[in-house]
Amino acid sequence: MSPAPKVAVKTGWSIGPVTPRVGLNIAMIATLAVVPVYAALTGNAFALTLFTRVVILAIAALSLNLIMGFGGMVSFGHAAYLGIGGYAVGILAKEGIGSGFVQWPIAVAAAALYALIVGALSLRTRGVYFIMITLAFAQMIYYVAIGLDRYGGDDGLTIYHRSSFGGLINLSNRIVFYYFCFGLLLVGIYLVWRIVNSRFGMVIRGARSNERRMRAIGFPTFRYQLVCFVIAGAMCGLAGALLANHTDFISPAMMHWTRSGDLIVMVVLGGMQAMFGPLIGALTFLILEEGLSRLTEYSNLILGPLLLVVAISIHGGIDGLITGQRGG
Amino acid sequence: MLYFFEQFLNGIQLGMLLFLLAAGLTLIFGIMDLVNLAHGSLYMLGAYFAATFADWTDSFLLGAMLALAATALTGMLLEVVAVRRLYGRSHLDHVLGTFGLLLFFNELVRLIWGPAGMTLSLPSEMLNAVEVLPGLFYPLYRLVIIGVTLVVAVLMYLLIMRTRLGMLIRAGASNREMVGALGINIKLLYTMVFGLGAALAGFAGLMQAPILTVQIGMGENILIAAFVVVTIGGIGSIRGAFVASLLVGLADTVGRSFMPDLLHTFLTESASSSLGRALSSMMIYLVMALVLIARPEGLFPAAGK
Repeated sequence: MSPAPKVAVKTGWSIGPVTPRVGLNIAMIATLAVVPVYAALTGNAFALTLFTRVVILAIAALSLNLIMGFGGMVSFGHAAYLGIGGYAVGILAKEGIGSGFVQWPIAVAAAALYALIVGALSLRTRGVYFIMITLAFAQMIYYVAIGLDRYGGDDGLTIYHRSSFGGLINLSNRIVFYYFCFGLLLVGIYLVWRIVNSRFGMVIRGARSNERRMRAIGFPTFRYQLVCFVIAGAMCGLAGALLANHTDFISPAMMHWTRSGDLIVMVVLGGMQAMFGPLIGALTFLILEEGLSRLTEYSNLILGPLLLVVAISIHGGIDGLITGQRGG
Repeated sequence: MLYFFEQFLNGIQLGMLLFLLAAGLTLIFGIMDLVNLAHGSLYMLGAYFAATFADWTDSFLLGAMLALAATALTGMLLEVVAVRRLYGRSHLDHVLGTFGLLLFFNELVRLIWGPAGMTLSLPSEMLNAVEVLPGLFYPLYRLVIIGVTLVVAVLMYLLIMRTRLGMLIRAGASNREMVGALGINIKLLYTMVFGLGAALAGFAGLMQAPILTVQIGMGENILIAAFVVVTIGGIGSIRGAFVASLLVGLADTVGRSFMPDLLHTFLTESASSSLGRALSSMMIYLVMALVLIARPEGLFPAAGK
C-alpha cells in the first residue's frame, strides 16, 4: 500500500499546504480584522457599519449552514431566530432591563426554546414539507411580532440603550462593537468546526447522506438532528441580539420570509459544508447588494439573474469554485 | 347569521383564488419536481398586464383575455430561458434560483410600470350587488369570481382526466423517465405545463386586480398562502389542492372576521383586537402545522412519490 497522500483537512484549520482555499480564508479574516483601521483612517464610517452587518449576518448564516449544509435540514424560517433574539433584547430594554447579562442569555434561551418546539414538530417531515413547515412557523412568529402593539407592532421599536455589560465592554463604541462581533464570529466558526468533526457531527452528516442507514445501525437520528437544530437556533438568536444592538431598532421586517431567503442565499452562495462558506457568502451578498444599489436604482435586475446563474451553474458556491470541489 | 354567510362566501372566494395558484404550483411540483418561488410573480404580472391592456383597449374583458395570453407566453418563455435549467437539481437550488427570479420580476415591474401601483376598474354592470339571501346583498363581481374559477376547475379536471395532454401530464407526474423513454417530447410537455401554471396564476392575478390595488410584491403573500395550500393538500395532488384551498380560504376569512369578537368575550377591547389580528393572520399556518404534524405528507399524498 502506498502511503496516504498529504491533503489539507477539508475543514481548513490544519496548518497544511496553503491551498487557494486556505489562502482566501486567511486573506478574508485579515481583511475583516483591519476594517476598523481602514474606516478610522479614511473617515469612512459607513464601511464599519456595513462590515458589522456582514459579520453579524455571517454568524446567522453560519448557524444555518450547520443544519442546512451539514445536516441537510433546509430551514426556510431561519430569520425567525434573528427576530426572537432581537425582540428579546428590545423588549427587555423597553421594560427597563438594560443589562446584557440578562438580555443575552434570555435571547439565546428563547431562540433555543423556539427551535426545540419547531424542530420537534418539523423534523417529522422531510424534503419540501420540511422547507414549508419551517416557513410556516416563521410566519407565525412574524405575525406575533406585528401583533405586539406595546412593542411597536408593524412599525417596530427603537432601542435607546445598547446592552450594557457593566464596565466590562462598551458596545456603544462602534469599533469595540465590531471587534466584539468579529470575535464571536471566530468563536462560532471554531465551535461549528468542533461540532461537525465530533462524533455528534458525524452522526448528523451521516443522517444527511443516508438517514435510513444511520437508523439501521442504531443511531436515533431524530434526537441528534433536534439537538443540532436547537444549537443552530441558539446561535442565530445570539446573532439576533447583536443585530438589534447594531441597528438600535427591531421590527417584524427582521423576520420577513425574504430575510430567511437572504440567509439561504448567503449559505449557498458561499458554499455549503465549507467552514468559511457562510462568511464568504454573507460578505459577497451584502457587498454585492450595496455595490449594485449604488450602481443602479434597479439593482435587483442584476442581482436576481446572478442568483439564478449561481443556482444553475455553480456547485458548492464560491468555495466550490476556488477548491474545484463539488459540494453535495 | 347573515354576516356568517357573507363571510362564508368571502372564504370560498379566497379559497377559489388560492386554488388557481395552488393548482399551477402543485402541477409544476408534481411533474417537474420544481419548487417555484417565482409563481407569485406570474400572478403579479397577470394583474399588471390586465390593468395595462384594459387601459389600452377600454374593455375589461378584452384586456383580461390579452393578459391571460401574455402571462402564459411569459411563463413559457421563462421556462425555456431559465427554469428548464433548474430541473433535476436540488430543491435548495430551486429556492435560490427562483428567489432570484422573484427579485428580478419585482424590479422589472418597478422599472416598467413605476413604483406607484395601478388600479383596474370593473365594467359598470359588474359593480352591482346581488341579493343572495333575503336581506343579504353580495357584490356581483365576487360571485363571478367564484363561478368562473369553478368553471376553470372543472375544465382543468376535464383537461387532465379526459384529454391526451392530460394523460401525458398524469403519466409525467407518476414516472417522468418512462414518459420520456416512450418517445414523448418531454421538454415540450414541461414547457406547456409551466405555461398552463403561469396562465392559471395570471388568471388569479387579473381576477383579483379590481378588488385589490395592483402593486409590486402583491404576489408574495398570496404565494406563501398558496404554498400552504399545496403543502396541506399533499404536494402534486390537484384534488388535495382543491380541498385545501377551500379549507385555507375559510380558515383565513372566518379567523379574521370572528377571532377578535371571540376573544373579546374574555379579553379587553384593545387586547382582543391586537391579539385577534395576530391570531387570525397565523390561522392558516396553524392549520398547516397541525395537518403536517398529523399527516407529514399532507391530506392527499400523491401516489408513487
